[in-house]
Amino acid sequence: MTAAWAIAWLILSPLAAAALAFAFPRRGRWLALGTAAVVGGASVQLTRQVLADGVQIHRVGGWGPPLGIDLRADGLSVLMLLITALIGLAVSLCAQRYFLAHQAEHPHEAGSSGRESAPSSGQESQSRLTSAATNQASKEVEVLHRERYFWPLFLFLWTALNALFLSADLFNLYVTLELLGFAAVTLVALAGKRAALTAALRYLFVSLTASLFYLLGVGLVYGQCATVDLPSLAARAQPGPTLWVALALMTGGLLAKAALFPLHFWLPPAHANAPAPVSALLSALVVKGSFYILLRLWFEAFPTLMTPAVAQFFGLLGAVAILWGSVNALFQTRLKLLIAYSTVAQLGYLFLLFPLAASREGGFMAWSGGLIFLGAHACAKTAMFLTAGNILHAAGHDRLKDLDGITHVLPVSVFAFALSGMSLIGLPPSSGFAGKWLLLNAALAQGQWWWVAVMLSGSLLAAAYVVRVLAHAFTQVEEPMKPNPIPPVMEWTALALALLAVVLGFASHWLAELLRVGAPVAGAILSGGATP
Amino acid sequence: MPDADHRIYLLAGVALFAIGFYSLLVRAHLLRRIMALNVMGSGVFLVYIALGAQTAGLIPDPVPQAMVLTGIVVSVCATGLALALADRVQAATGRVELGDDEDAADLSDASPAPSEHHEETPSA
Repeated sequence: MTAAWAIAWLILSPLAAAALAFAFPRRGRWLALGTAAVVGGASVQLTRQVLADGVQIHRVGGWGPPLGIDLRADGLSVLMLLITALIGLAVSLCAQRYFLAHQAEHPHEAGSSGRESAPSSGQESQSRLTSAATNQASKEVEVLHRERYFWPLFLFLWTALNALFLSADLFNLYVTLELLGFAAVTLVALAGKRAALTAALRYLFVSLTASLFYLLGVGLVYGQCATVDLPSLAARAQPGPTLWVALALMTGGLLAKAALFPLHFWLPPAHANAPAPVSALLSALVVKGSFYILLRLWFEAFPTLMTPAVAQFFGLLGAVAILWGSVNALFQTRLKLLIAYSTVAQLGYLFLLFPLAASREGGFMAWSGGLIFLGAHACAKTAMFLTAGNILHAAGHDRLKDLDGITHVLPVSVFAFALSGMSLIGLPPSSGFAGKWLLLNAALAQGQWWWVAVMLSGSLLAAAYVVRVLAHAFTQVEEPMKPNPIPPVMEWTALALALLAVVLGFASHWLAELLRVGAPVAGAILSGGATP
Repeated sequence: MPDADHRIYLLAGVALFAIGFYSLLVRAHLLRRIMALNVMGSGVFLVYIALGAQTAGLIPDPVPQAMVLTGIVVSVCATGLALALADRVQAATGRVELGDDEDAADLSDASPAPSEHHEETPSA
């Protein structure tokens, strides 16, 4: 399989599977697992090609820029593709069980979810009486309805992500970003509750507005440089007022989509109200799509505009996000909201990459550290949200204070939560540690000690909110709760991902070598002669 | 930069974008906000067309026009999705605005009070 075929499979197979899953709703899970196999294989093949031959470019239809669309894979692209394939596989394994398991548990959700079942006040008492009899039937319809639309939407989301990570021009990035947003918003709405619907609509408004800001910026860039192709932009960009306005518009839009403080307000309700597998996808992958575009924009297309002030500005927002998100996570009373606020905080670390990688000294160290951290967070956060889904299912709620003794009931899930928490805090030997270690080293090598202080306080706060959950989980109770039975695959998938988040730490050197292919920043992985 | 004939379109596009964004921020009604997004989108498209007309000679640059066509398709999809979702929100909450109290809404199990807006929507 050549690189061109691998790239084609990466986009076309989830797209075809999405269409098929829409036509054959009962085959959704198998289509998703098949997609995971094909996409996984293609990603591995593309990774080998990139490692052997460098950056791979595929001119769709043989046109080439400016009229044609180029698809491009470098180290960063393949890393994102591999992470996506991994999370996609985990969600494919868990999701059906999640929807099946959930039906037995949440009868009240079935009643309040759609216009069909919303009674007007005159019929209310009557419908209450009949609801007991029809409850079972409506629950089954509800679950079928939700699962039926979950698979095509999930596969569309996967298509959009793969296309985004392979796009090489600003306009194609816009289109894939919109596709990603549509699929993500609809997946949030899938939970059907009024809180989820409200959160989804608010998310859609933010997402669409942000896209329009980005699109206006792209237009100005085209007017100035007469191209939107990322590699050509670097050569043609002349700093000037028009380009600054364009970049400000694009960056503002992308920051809102990446939920960086202070534009994070939409994230916690959207991520906490979505079904657990969807929350996992959103936190692990969707917000990172916008972060990825920001990296391409500032480091690859317009490195000439990346002044120290800009870099410090990104770092400052990231630092506030770390502290604000962590403190908020600490005071949440619901497990899923706690995890969602933790995402706000962890996204802040990614933005520390800007001030640290923009510097010559130790630039690549920070670049690889930030991106290893991204992979670590994707695995750990997926594991955490899947665990939260298990707890929600077993206990029937996710109120922290009532989760005492849950470890007796769900030992595997709680262990998975603890392991992923370890990676979030950044304890060795987890991959979260590897990423943070590289970022810390870069900050020290460059004398930017203030980021060190922020990162360490963020770790302390993360330890506090993870321990807060574990303390409840390990509290001895006289009468253990009677849990709803839970399919083993849901627990073990979460554990596998959490273990991977830890084990990836040992592969960080390989990951850094992969990231070096086509990286816009150069330098050694570790300073002080420690590199081979 | 576009010449004087085209600059007016560029400025009009930017003005539309600003008007749309302003309404999006200050209006609460969901339909108004969706329309505001469409006005913003039209502004962006107008900017693209104005920038495409700037090339010397009479033949405009086709690339921004192709982009606008793509953008219109995306914008139609976005409007459809937003309308469908707004409809569901109205059916679930009985309101045509986004409330500030999602958590409160989450806790109350009461069925939505029918409002005059509720009557307007055809029940599918």
